[in-house]
Amino acid sequence: METKERIESIINSDDVCLFMKGTPDAPQCGFSMAVSNVLKHLKVNFNGINVLDDEKLRQEIKEFSDWPTIPQLYVKGEFIGGCDIVKEMFEKGELKVLFEEKKII
Amino acid sequence: MALPVEEIKELIIASIPDASIEIKDLMGDNNHYQALIKSKMFSGLSKIDQHKLVYKSLKGKMGNELHALSITTEEK
Repeated sequence: METKERIESIINSDDVCLFMKGTPDAPQCGFSMAVSNVLKHLKVNFNGINVLDDEKLRQEIKEFSDWPTIPQLYVKGEFIGGCDIVKEMFEKGELKVLFEEKKII
Repeated sequence: MALPVEEIKELIIASIPDASIEIKDLMGDNNHYQALIKSKMFSGLSKIDQHKLVYKSLKGKMGNELHALSITTEEK
């Protein structure tokens, strides 16, 4: 499968997808843990995809979003941001609003 | 696997000439930074595009030599 199709099939299979290092229960990086904790705090169900299990995916997701770092958060197929943006949106209350508007919480 | 503060600033200024940049070396190890970057060039861009502008200025170093750079962008 082409990269783009492969990623799209992942991000369209769940409303909220987090590409991260490690898993939601055992994050392997502080940035991944921070975003995972924000989602748990907002009681959002999400699919945590461990890029450390798949080196190819780890590179492909960076190309797909033109974004050089992990974690990456996708909501209903749309790239929302990395750790800094997600944390900033959470602190400003914007993230909760986004999830409410998308009828996720 | 480390990049000095001055080098990061030079790279950003080369792409975003009007940028005011504050960088904190969080652990004193030249490897965990927090940066606040203000520029008129961010005007009208989404947060994602503002951060991409900063990442692009770092010319592929982000995610490689530079693991931990936390970015906050603001319009001037």
